[in-house]
Amino acid sequence: MNWMALELSLKLAAWTTLILLPVGIVAGRFLAWQKFRAKPVVEALVMLPLVLPPTVLGFYMLVALGGDSIIGQVYQALVGRTLVFSFEGLVVASVIFNLPFAIQPMQRAFEAIPVEVREAAACCGHRPWRMLWRIELPLAWPGILTALVLTFAHTIGEFGIVLMVGGNVPGETQTIAIAIYDQVQAFDNASAGLMSAVLLVVSLLAISMTYFGTSYIGRRHD
Amino acid sequence: MAVVLGVTGMPRPGGAETPPVIAAASSLRFVLADLADIFTRQTGLAVRLSYGSSGNITRQISQGAPYQMFLSADEAYVRDLAGQGRTLDEGRLYAYGRIALFVANGSRLTHVDFPAGYGAAFAMARQNRFAIASPVHAPYGRAAREALIHAGLWTVMEPSLLYGENVSQAAQFAASGSAGGGLIAYSLALTLKSQGRGDFWLIPADWHAALGQRMVLLQGAGETARKFYAFMSGEIAHKLLLQHGFMEKKS
Repeated sequence: MNWMALELSLKLAAWTTLILLPVGIVAGRFLAWQKFRAKPVVEALVMLPLVLPPTVLGFYMLVALGGDSIIGQVYQALVGRTLVFSFEGLVVASVIFNLPFAIQPMQRAFEAIPVEVREAAACCGHRPWRMLWRIELPLAWPGILTALVLTFAHTIGEFGIVLMVGGNVPGETQTIAIAIYDQVQAFDNASAGLMSAVLLVVSLLAISMTYFGTSYIGRRHD
Repeated sequence: MAVVLGVTGMPRPGGAETPPVIAAASSLRFVLADLADIFTRQTGLAVRLSYGSSGNITRQISQGAPYQMFLSADEAYVRDLAGQGRTLDEGRLYAYGRIALFVANGSRLTHVDFPAGYGAAFAMARQNRFAIASPVHAPYGRAAREALIHAGLWTVMEPSLLYGENVSQAAQFAASGSAGGGLIAYSLALTLKSQGRGDFWLIPADWHAALGQRMVLLQGAGETARKFYAFMSGEIAHKLLLQHGFMEKKS
């Protein structure tokens, strides 16, 4: 069993979820309530990673973040190593790849808050931050939680894009999905089977716990 | 954000140099794991191994992958990288690779003569499947295609071919029974046979262009990678490579 790869996957998923939580709230809230002409284009852009094959994203990321790109060179000058084929690069790829999974459910959740509720809160003299904290977030919470679970689970399951921008480096970019692929190629079906089973159980536990959590929180706000 | 993530990237064990990542052609998969173990026992230094097709690894290196050493199944890739200034020097030819026909246990190809009977066995497309590595970026795939062309089988067998992303995936296809057999690295065929998964026939060296196995240290190689390079140039590595199906000479 390759625990290092599992740990790496969990860490990647945690970072991705953590970064996308504020991004999703800001973007989801914005898309839910703002009306502007280019909105369909912006929404389409957000959904794009869902439609594109991971290889297309992977290819563009290699071009955009690779050693020859401006971003890649700036990063190398600042940090001293390349962005692609590193854990940080995987986080960037993963954040972009998961944008629709984070933003979509949050946008729907904010859309579901009746405009009267917000107007009433504003009437009561609530400031925007307080409104967000006391009114909007509690109401949108199930959608936000769904977004976080989807993002987390989806990151654990990522394969194609990790293979392309990660480079299968043990302890750095070899996630559990890549490690399983590697073990199958090493004719080691026993290890691959064990890792797959562990992943299955971990994923099932994580998702069940969240569903349990959602229903609990949902009841509390009924 | 980059700084925060950088700090929490990966735990670096014990303050020592982080084990360097050595990128290696998939044909080396088993022998290199053994050699890395011996190296670690001798020196107390660890390396991390990452396998792939030589073409893919070369592309990753030219895009800045942080590998410190590259063991290629093909000399041209190393020369390319040297031309781009990605390597410390031209590297070193440490062995020659060979390919073998591998037929899995229970395959319908078990009793078919190679190459004489293969024309008939593959006359109907996809009745039997046959695995090779991708000729586009895997040197052993290229050699397999050359060997099939040499045997006059390419045209008839091409519709039935399965392409592995690298040679060990081709070997896994060939051994899994999903393909009847395949042309794979001799080094992998030896391992598969020792695991009792089937039998092989060594393809004559003059059926394909020589597979010069060249290794090279890359820009940024540290002390451990340099020691491993020296170890790979030494007697123990040489002996083990020969035992695992690599050759001293072209043919």
